[in-house]
Amino acid sequence: MLKLDEIQKRLLMEVADLHKVPEGAYNIRSNGKSAGRVSTANIEIEPKENGSGLDIYIKPGTKNESVHIPVVMTQSGLTEVVYNDFHIGEDADVVIVAGCGIDNCGPDDSEHDGIHRFYVGKNAKIRYVEKHYGSGDGKGKRILNPGTEVYMEEGSSMEMEMVQIKGVDDTNRVTTAELAAGARLVVRERLMTHGCQNAVSTYLVSMNGEGATADVVSRSVARDTSYQKFDAKLVGNAACSGHTECDSIIMDEGRILAVPGLEANNVDAALVHEAAIGKIAGDQIIKLMTLGLTEQEAEEQIINGFLK
Amino acid sequence: MLELRNISFGVAEEGEDKEILRDISLTIPDNKLVVVTGPNGGGKSTMAKVIAGIQKPTSGRIFLDGTDITSLSITERAKLGIGFAFQQPVRFKGIQVFDLLKLATGKNLPVSDACEYLSRVGLCAHDYIDREINASLSGGELKRIEIATVLARATRLSIFDEPEAGIDLWSFQNLIEVFEQMRRDIKDSSILVISHQERILNIADEVIVIREGELAEQGTRGEILPDLIGTASAVRGCRKSGVSQTEETEC
Repeated sequence: MLKLDEIQKRLLMEVADLHKVPEGAYNIRSNGKSAGRVSTANIEIEPKENGSGLDIYIKPGTKNESVHIPVVMTQSGLTEVVYNDFHIGEDADVVIVAGCGIDNCGPDDSEHDGIHRFYVGKNAKIRYVEKHYGSGDGKGKRILNPGTEVYMEEGSSMEMEMVQIKGVDDTNRVTTAELAAGARLVVRERLMTHGCQNAVSTYLVSMNGEGATADVVSRSVARDTSYQKFDAKLVGNAACSGHTECDSIIMDEGRILAVPGLEANNVDAALVHEAAIGKIAGDQIIKLMTLGLTEQEAEEQIINGFLK
Repeated sequence: MLELRNISFGVAEEGEDKEILRDISLTIPDNKLVVVTGPNGGGKSTMAKVIAGIQKPTSGRIFLDGTDITSLSITERAKLGIGFAFQQPVRFKGIQVFDLLKLATGKNLPVSDACEYLSRVGLCAHDYIDREINASLSGGELKRIEIATVLARATRLSIFDEPEAGIDLWSFQNLIEVFEQMRRDIKDSSILVISHQERILNIADEVIVIREGELAEQGTRGEILPDLIGTASAVRGCRKSGVSQTEETEC
């Protein structure tokens, strides 16, 4: 029986859009323990023997099913490292929703380091959604350091939506991916930092097989005195195509470092990077003001649209 | 009704004061479509921006329906009923056409209404409603969306700054129909269009000529237009509208 208090329910809604117990397979982790777990005929969730995390087995050919593995933390001072491994069978087509919400009202730092490893079988298709959220007015920091490793077999496809919009004081996100022939990786990262937050996001995508494609796009907004670093490197080791883009809005005294990187080790590797950092254009604000919005409302709409 | 009283606007340029508008007094009456024309660089667009609050006049007063709006912000003027279509519409990454139309109406706009506004400017609503207002849209498409946002607002005074600039021939012909329709639906509002286009001047109730920052002439179309035909203030083709050479033709 799933027992969560109101704060935990709110966090669940923020990170996984869950208003109630999800359909399909799920594991909800609350303050370092499983608060509820359900496997299905095709998706099995098993705790690791050493208690360090979960193994999630998705049977070959599983279609139109979902797995939710959200994490909520409301206990100040809790630090945890969790390893979740996803074993995705050939030809499966599933949605995986992860995400972590921390509410820290206490004086001590709360930290969740989730390491997710995806072993994506041949021709499998995955959509992965990961949202991070922080709340609470304690002096303790809300820290999230997600590590994501993706191993993609031939012809597999993975779309990753990584979102961190509010409340996370410190994050160091590291994502690596290895793509076999014909594998396709699409990453859409949306990030907003405010206050004196710090966010570092690093990608290393290696396209090792012919016909592999990768498209890694980050849109971010740095407000107040926050700092962001986006470091995305694509490596083409075969005839492949890759694109990475960092598009950022800088506000107040925010700071952003964009380090797009390309490495071609094969003459048929076609790699492109784009990076742009700038403040909100004055004419955008004026246009929305002529529609009756205040300057502040205009800014909010521009940012909301940008991060949508 | 909009009234400008002794409006002047100047800027400091290379250490010298340059006067863009000089002592302009005029009235835009209700239920009228007024076209402002005149040579390039004469101050027409600046006057439109002064009315919308984007530029503050150096001196003079502006009244909307008898209320002095000179010190009001862009937002306050918009809320009082001034709509403004930019000569060069702005792009927004991530904001969709439907979002912008919703912002324009200030309410939860039904999709059917949004589609109606897009259809009125000659855009197939189905193809455009979910499009982002980004670099993927052509100049003509952006321009029509810009006009749709002003239509959606249904304001007391709608200002269009060179609506024909940057659009293709097909769009231009459609644009004329849009303004003709607006002229028919003008009840309890007024329209101010900045344009050199004879076909737009032809549907004007009144014509204003701004030259070298001054009000040169104001009167009915019948009084003013005959003397303008054939000059740069009333062109017949699309040359002034920024159409590419291959499409340059009479409209």
